[in-house]
Amino acid sequence: MVAAVALFAAGCGNGGDADTAATPETTDTAAAAGDSVEITWWHNGTGEPLLSFWEGVASDFEAANDGVTVNVQAFQNEDLRDTILPNAFTGGNAPDLFQSWGGGELVDWVNQGIVKDISDAAADTVAAIGGNAGGWQVDGKTYGLPFTFGPSGFWVNTEVWEAAGLDAGSFPTTLDELEAAWTAIAESGKSPVALGGQDGWPVGHWWYWSAIKTCSQAALEAASSNHDFSDECWVKAGENLQGILTSVDGGVPFNQGWEATSAQQGATSASGLVVTGEAAMQLMGVWDIGVMGGIYNEANNLPEDTLPPAFLSWFPFPNIPGGAGDGNVMGGGDGFSVHADAPDAAVDLLAFILSDDVQKAYAAMDNIPTNPNAFDSIPEGSINTTVVQALEQADYVQLWLDTAFGPAIATPMNDAITAFIGGQGTPQDVVDAITNAAG
Amino acid sequence: MTHTVTVDKPLASAAAGAGGLSPMRTEQRKKKVSWRERLEVIGFTVPALVVYVAFVFVPIGYALIMSLFDGSPVAPFQNFVGVDNFTRIFNPTQMLGQPFFWDAVRNNLLIAVMSLLLQGPLALGVALLLSRKIKFRQVFRLLIFVPYVLSEVITGVIFAQILNPTGALNALITDITGADAAVRTAWLGYQGGVGSPSFWILMGVLTWKYIGLAIILFLAGLSGIPEELTEAAMVDGASWWQIQRKITIPLLSPTIRMWAFLSLIGSFQLFDMVWILFGPTQLSRQGLHTMATYMVSQGMNANRVGYGSAVAVVLFVMTLIVALLYQKFILHRDIGKDA
Repeated sequence: MVAAVALFAAGCGNGGDADTAATPETTDTAAAAGDSVEITWWHNGTGEPLLSFWEGVASDFEAANDGVTVNVQAFQNEDLRDTILPNAFTGGNAPDLFQSWGGGELVDWVNQGIVKDISDAAADTVAAIGGNAGGWQVDGKTYGLPFTFGPSGFWVNTEVWEAAGLDAGSFPTTLDELEAAWTAIAESGKSPVALGGQDGWPVGHWWYWSAIKTCSQAALEAASSNHDFSDECWVKAGENLQGILTSVDGGVPFNQGWEATSAQQGATSASGLVVTGEAAMQLMGVWDIGVMGGIYNEANNLPEDTLPPAFLSWFPFPNIPGGAGDGNVMGGGDGFSVHADAPDAAVDLLAFILSDDVQKAYAAMDNIPTNPNAFDSIPEGSINTTVVQALEQADYVQLWLDTAFGPAIATPMNDAITAFIGGQGTPQDVVDAITNAAG
Repeated sequence: MTHTVTVDKPLASAAAGAGGLSPMRTEQRKKKVSWRERLEVIGFTVPALVVYVAFVFVPIGYALIMSLFDGSPVAPFQNFVGVDNFTRIFNPTQMLGQPFFWDAVRNNLLIAVMSLLLQGPLALGVALLLSRKIKFRQVFRLLIFVPYVLSEVITGVIFAQILNPTGALNALITDITGADAAVRTAWLGYQGGVGSPSFWILMGVLTWKYIGLAIILFLAGLSGIPEELTEAAMVDGASWWQIQRKITIPLLSPTIRMWAFLSLIGSFQLFDMVWILFGPTQLSRQGLHTMATYMVSQGMNANRVGYGSAVAVVLFVMTLIVALLYQKFILHRDIGKDA
């Protein structure tokens, strides 16, 4: 990781030499402001290596732009999202560039005039990011850009997989194959799937994926932008999910006691069950490998920065026969938005964050970038190269449904889905709970 | 009957002991209230008042205003809806997975009552034991108070780990029973609200956590009871049970009433432990929300700032009513005499 940061610093040193390209822009901003510009940038990268990385990006931007000062501050994700940013917005001391999660929350910010439309100011960058930016766009205008975006899928412990007599060289590509694998794993005495039901959203993701593969792109878009759930596919999604979850004899394929299992805190969590070999797989976002690696290192007294164990692998959620969403993929990312009152330099900083050089350095730390020019910089042999392929092959990328619909719908939706998978209610009841919350 | 008569007198004078002198003092003060004294009063009370107003009254007013809007965290005062939020509390639409405020109220009431019924007798018994001169008395007292000193969050995390499907309790059961397959009971995952095992496990954890306070309070109360009384009763031929029943417990009753009041208020505010043990989503599924977890899950997690504020206002009014009733009818014997 140190090497990656150094590499990045060297890369930017070159960028600094070729300063002439950036200079005209810089003088515009600086001249307009009279003398110096100060930008405040709040992000959620409290842990290393991201913390140092963003600080490096800020000082490189300062070095390339005379008279610009960047004040970077890192906050814990939930604090930033739930308390610090809303308070800053209502209190009038909002930062110029800040973490932005896209979806329904961003729509609220747009309606309140908090975020800047950067469609024109950063047109080139918006074009470069392409479909990955969908979650940060409202009515065709761009109000933020993700610097990382990844789909969720099945994270597999190949040791458990092979112990059940399955071939780790060919993962299931159809639902039938997946269900056959579950049965084999269950017979080998392990839990086919780990699920952290205590946290709600991991349960929600099962229903989301059923909906993603059942609904057409048009139906998904209508739900995201107009909260229109009238398409039959939403009820069908619940029915399909019931079919999937009852495919293993003896009930759901989940770990016993999934209701009271947390998603990713420690060895007793769902992620812990997979990496310690109690369960074979977990349906989870790309961060899961980092979480599992951390739990594994802690359990085996390995140094914190030891790479995740090689027995972890990944495959995408298969299509559902008869569904209308074969090319659809669901994922999520982290992005930044610019405040409505921020100086132009803040938009420039966002464009700089998404520039080829910075994105390549980001990808070199084994992250998934959003700038396609940086895809090749993901270290060779990394599982992220497989993950990013699923994204590249997708016809349509849908932001996590809970993020897309916004918190007012997400909580009752996840509560309804959890009750549904727990054996209460009907597929129609889930859709009713969502439409009721949508108001 | 003779016992109660002889006992009541010292009780009355003991209770009046501290306050007995105060009427004289206030009379003296009334005679000459100088400017200096007024300044003193103002000087000492104003800072506290300012803090109290700024951090208690202003937020209450703020919540009251927010409860009339259907706002979001970044715009709490948008979409004026009048009393709609309150109507929704009292007249909810039933939806799958949606928790109900009245379930939370029922849970809180039951937790309050059960806390009193479980902790009270148990704490009294332990306090009576520990007030006797036994070996290692100080060590026992210390150990019993330790859970109360632990933060709620730590306690919640510890028990969540122990009661986890792959946690220590199930491992222990597996070992003891020698079961072939490892036991994976989700102790905290039962459905069915207050009738479920999960609710009684919660009561067990709460008792473990808070009984230390009751015991320490009762011990302090017991140490204030003059030994002469029990000695006199023993001379009169009273048995140990009679002494406890007719002397100790009546003399301890001001302490018991104060503890019950603290316990009630604590039960109504119960949040951290429940939140950590179960998590908001499962609380909804299991029907185990308390008023406070319901308020936070609606107001903060679901971003329904207006509705959450309305719940906060109702919660405040209910707690206030309970506190006032308790003070008027029960605590007044102890603190309300001069008022």
